[in-house]
Amino acid sequence: MADNNVLVRVKNLKKFFPIKQGVIFNRQTIQVKAVNDVSFEIKQGETLSLVGESGCGKSTTGRAVLQLHKPTSGQVLYEDQDLTTLSEGELRALRPKIQMIFQDSIASLNPRHSVRKIIGEPLVIHNVGTAKTIHNRVVELMELVGLNPKWMKRFPHEFSGGQRQRINIARALALNPSFVVCDEPISALDVSIQAQVVNLLKDLQQQLGLTYLFIAHDLSMVQYLSDRVAVMYLGKVMELADKRTLFSDPLHPYTQSLMSAVPLPQPKLERKRKRIILQGEVPSPSNAPSGCVFHTRCPLAIDRCTTDVPEYRQIHLGHSVACHLVDDQQSSIIPTRLNSK
Amino acid sequence: MILQVKDLITRFYSVDGVVYALNGVNFALNAGETLAVVGESGSGKSVTMMSLLGLIPQPPGKIEGGQAFLFENDKPQDLLKLSERQVRRVRGGQIGFIFQDPISSLNPTMTIGKQIAESMIEHLSLSQSDARKRTVDLLKEVGIADADRRFDSYPHEFSGGMRQRVMIAIAVACQPRIVIADEPTTALDVTVQAQIIELIQRLQKQLGIAVIWITHDLAVVASMADRVLVMYGGTVVEDALVEDLFDNPQHPYTIGLLKAIPGATGLGEERLESIEGSPPDLLRELTSCPFAPRCQFVFDQCWAKLPPLISVTKHHRAACFYDVENEIPRKEVEHG
Ligand SMILES: Nc1ncnc2c1ncn2[C@@H]1O[C@H](COP(=O)(O)OP(=O)(O)O)[C@@H](O)[C@H]1O
Ligand SMILES: Nc1ncnc2c1ncn2[C@@H]1O[C@H](COP(=O)(O)OP(=O)(O)O)[C@@H](O)[C@H]1O
Ligand code: SF4
Ligand code: SF4
Ligand SMILES: [Mg+2]
Ligand SMILES: [Mg+2]
Repeated sequence: MADNNVLVRVKNLKKFFPIKQGVIFNRQTIQVKAVNDVSFEIKQGETLSLVGESGCGKSTTGRAVLQLHKPTSGQVLYEDQDLTTLSEGELRALRPKIQMIFQDSIASLNPRHSVRKIIGEPLVIHNVGTAKTIHNRVVELMELVGLNPKWMKRFPHEFSGGQRQRINIARALALNPSFVVCDEPISALDVSIQAQVVNLLKDLQQQLGLTYLFIAHDLSMVQYLSDRVAVMYLGKVMELADKRTLFSDPLHPYTQSLMSAVPLPQPKLERKRKRIILQGEVPSPSNAPSGCVFHTRCPLAIDRCTTDVPEYRQIHLGHSVACHLVDDQQSSIIPTRLNSK
Repeated sequence: MILQVKDLITRFYSVDGVVYALNGVNFALNAGETLAVVGESGSGKSVTMMSLLGLIPQPPGKIEGGQAFLFENDKPQDLLKLSERQVRRVRGGQIGFIFQDPISSLNPTMTIGKQIAESMIEHLSLSQSDARKRTVDLLKEVGIADADRRFDSYPHEFSGGMRQRVMIAIAVACQPRIVIADEPTTALDVTVQAQIIELIQRLQKQLGIAVIWITHDLAVVASMADRVLVMYGGTVVEDALVEDLFDNPQHPYTIGLLKAIPGATGLGEERLESIEGSPPDLLRELTSCPFAPRCQFVFDQCWAKLPPLISVTKHHRAACFYDVENEIPRKEVEHG
């Protein structure tokens, strides 16, 4: 029975990219398994963050959820409607409700269009309102995101990085969405500006009741702004829990190592801290390791890990993990607490 | 002290006008220490280091003032006065460097082994075969598996993290006294960042090198620095031991930065305080405090002139006219 608090339900989502390899006579197509059997739910009004090293499939997941990439298989239920089965037209009609904000604010804004045109564009495309009402809506949106409406005739290059990200946000909000995928919206910004944009996103969420899928690699920012966090590695979710549990009691060896690698802005604490340093780098998703995809770097791998794929399962309510060593009695597997909080 | 930079002024004469990139940069580096340099993009971190290394493209750039003494047996040598040839000897010799983007600083058409060996031959006058042997040892040392074979690989055959290891090998190849690392981990994932930080710290201890580490990540600073310079608008606005900087920041910009990141001031649950406004426009000459337009403590004096970097306590300097702790204007103290 569907929990009616859930806005987005992702089930066994897969997105493979076929790529051609080899020379002319020896051509073969291999599959880049960018997203490989991912499931999660996002509740109305919450922020679920996706974290993990680059190339682990965060952006592809975000895009596949919004059907900007056609999923290879799996379901994406939005208000119990399966987006993967909708026709182009049906999807188009739903588009206003589901929006995306990208990392690179300069590449995602047309340099030849004024800010008014950029922010008003979704309204024009979806044929919402007259020139006058669109103008008024652009004024309203600019005020909402903290931009002076007097600047609406200016062009993207006349704005700073933080302001350009506000333009992006205003455009994403033009059609009153309910669900917004934010793909690293602050990664390219300076520290002092990141806080401005994060606070804006938080305020807008409160004000407008937005639901976010927030993609990021900065774990401290994720801790600050999420309700729940999913940790991805090579196209799979390794662990998912509410923020507090995940940061204070991570169970998966990858989550533990990842958190151990993140420095904290506290010199005294850092001085005492022991790190678990993962060896090597993330393998290519076109040639993912057998068994547990993390086994080539896992400090705790056992024989079984190289052959058996660990089942992604709920350990206790709201806390799911994919690891052979985590038993249902919630025992922590790495003996020393890694995140010395 | 092995390096002392005084009142460094560098400008760019660009098509848009004069870029006042450095407006009197002051700092010193002690033997063996790790000095972190933080500041937002455009604050002059890279230009400072490029000025010392003779890497400013001239034109459009011009070093218009200042001194940069490199001390050897306490005998100072002003890097800014050296000839092109002399600077080359220092660069890669006494001072090694690592950039954010190793691919652009490695020669794509030369094997990495050859690139390292050549600099050893040049700076240490080693023979071909000695240089090869030492290069292979060094590659092993920085964690390149199968170093003998990898000697003959080209830069593009390495991953981002591995390339950064190669850069590190080049930087330390000629037994430098100083290594300057400009955002060496910014493009890397945190797990690889942790590997690189560990590697550099290990080499630093083994070889007794002083490291200047440029970053915009205050958490990285907390994890590895002894001392920190905070830059803003082409000036050093604060210079302190790392614990002092986090516990007792003196400059309003530093105070703002620490409140803008999660986890520095508490448990990361409180609302972040953002610094409103944006960094200064460097197309205008600085005649007042560069932070004045964004500063909540600004008063008359701040608009009248550029605040000098003055001692607040023994090992702590700040460039601000206001004493935030006591909420009164600072008395002007001796420079230095
Ligand atoms: N359009 C595409 N074609 C082929 N491979 C792709 C495509 N998009 C992404 N990938 C690959 O899928 C994997 C996951 O990428 P991505 O979702 O961008 O990761 P992340 O956002 O976590 O950094 C990567 O290996 C990437 O190279
Ligand atoms: N070749 C150049 N031509 C013109 N301006 C430059 C050049 N190189 C750097 N600058 C300017 O100098 C200032 C300081 O830059 P930089 O030292 O690279 O900043 P940071 O490393 O702190 O991000 C910036 O405003 C930058 O635009
Ligand atoms: S299943 Fe095995 S390899 Fe995978 S995380 Fe658990 S212990 Fe490590
Ligand atoms: S000198 Fe004045 S404007 Fe500048 S930081 Fe200090 S108080 Fe603020
Ligand atoms: Mg991505
Ligand atoms: Mg720089």
